Amino acid sequence: MYQHNRYQKGKPQQVAVVGAGVAGLSAALTLKKQGVGVVVFEKDESPGGHLQQWHALFPDREPAAGVLDLLKQEVSEQKISLRTQTEVAAVTPSGDKFRIETSQGEQNEFDAVLLATGFQLFDAARKEEYGYGIYQRVITSAGLEQRLGHGGTGLTVNGRPPHRVAFVHCVGSRDEKVGNHYCSKVCCVTGVKQAITIKEHFPQCEVLNFYMDLRMFGTGYEELYREAQEKWGVMFIRGRVSEASQMYDGTIQLKAEDTLMGRPVRATVDWLVLLVGMEPEKRAQLWARSLGLRTGQAGFFSSPEKFLHPSLTTVNGVFTAGACTGPASIPESVSQGRAAAISVLEFLAKKDEAGK
Amino acid sequence: MKPANDKWGFRAEGSEQINLDKADSSLYRRLLNREPGFAACLFCGSCRATCTSGNEGMNFRLAHLLLQRGETARLKSLTDPCLLCGKCTLVCPRNVNIRAVVYNLKIMLHEPF
Repeated sequence: MYQHNRYQKGKPQQVAVVGAGVAGLSAALTLKKQGVGVVVFEKDESPGGHLQQWHALFPDREPAAGVLDLLKQEVSEQKISLRTQTEVAAVTPSGDKFRIETSQGEQNEFDAVLLATGFQLFDAARKEEYGYGIYQRVITSAGLEQRLGHGGTGLTVNGRPPHRVAFVHCVGSRDEKVGNHYCSKVCCVTGVKQAITIKEHFPQCEVLNFYMDLRMFGTGYEELYREAQEKWGVMFIRGRVSEASQMYDGTIQLKAEDTLMGRPVRATVDWLVLLVGMEPEKRAQLWARSLGLRTGQAGFFSSPEKFLHPSLTTVNGVFTAGACTGPASIPESVSQGRAAAISVLEFLAKKDEAGK
Repeated sequence: MKPANDKWGFRAEGSEQINLDKADSSLYRRLLNREPGFAACLFCGSCRATCTSGNEGMNFRLAHLLLQRGETARLKSLTDPCLLCGKCTLVCPRNVNIRAVVYNLKIMLHEPF
């Protein structure tokens, strides 16, 4: 396989990985196992990125904690140098190297940089008509994940199970009004997965999913959708919720067009869950732009050779992986991280060859 | 003379809004008990498109939607023209046994509640 660095002739090479989410960690592990020095920079206190906030993963509803633990275990076994609570402030080319400056003012030079800066969740308060941040029982899909543990006790209302829960798909995605024209891809199946988990916890609870299109593109997703309909009786209504308002008892009344019926529909729910989409990490974009990296229309990093070399950027020696290149699931981020590591190794081998 | 409520040239008709808080889906649930498979319906409309009695007003897609939303008034007229030929079952992408669903619905609509 790729053993360039085991037979490396020049000086030991160092790679900086920015972001310790699943993509960054997968890339760092692959690089380390091939004998390359790696430092992972992470602005949060702990590694794992958004995976840390998730309860279970689609489509198999596998506990997220188990996947995270396995990843962390491997990171510690491989003795990956992990710099948490360390934000990268600037990446500057310096000769044939890159200088990384952290928010603490520390500077180090690396032979290559791999950006795995991930995504940020859409701020649901920007869709004012849904009342997120104003009404207590309007929550996001990320907020729901936190309430799904412990048998769903976080969803009981005055000690009783919820009567009805509604999901709104495409919040902050496919919406020119918030400047996000693209599809965030993972929310559809997340909504179906979460609907099933609510039914598992509260079989008598009615669950409604308001959608524009349902995009069940991945392996096992369509089957999960069918299971939600057939086994759990989840009701899918095609139509975008136009507004939500809080009733005197704290329940939420929502209005939508039932587009298959061609008539308006109204329903009162105990919880309104907004399936928020993915946006590029804004802070990472700032210094990436100063580096001269190309971003696509939506602000995600894009490769000049997106079909055959998706991890490349417009700057030789800087690579990308994971959701900073566009909405991605966890397995996709892992694959992208590992693929990017191979591109980095190829780059380092050439550099080593040229420098000896 | 025109009635008072028509003096502006139009009159307020009853709301066509579907209110799920008041929907009675008991018939839907009883039918699901007999034929659970039809919950997988995607409302694609291929059943209606291929239907022998489609021109006579037979519409399983719409009947299913109405049932799910608890509206039973139009069900009889939407399923009466069915000849139980089963072409809909042959084309359904989710392999719903539509013929059996309609057959059971017809029985239930003619049964005393």
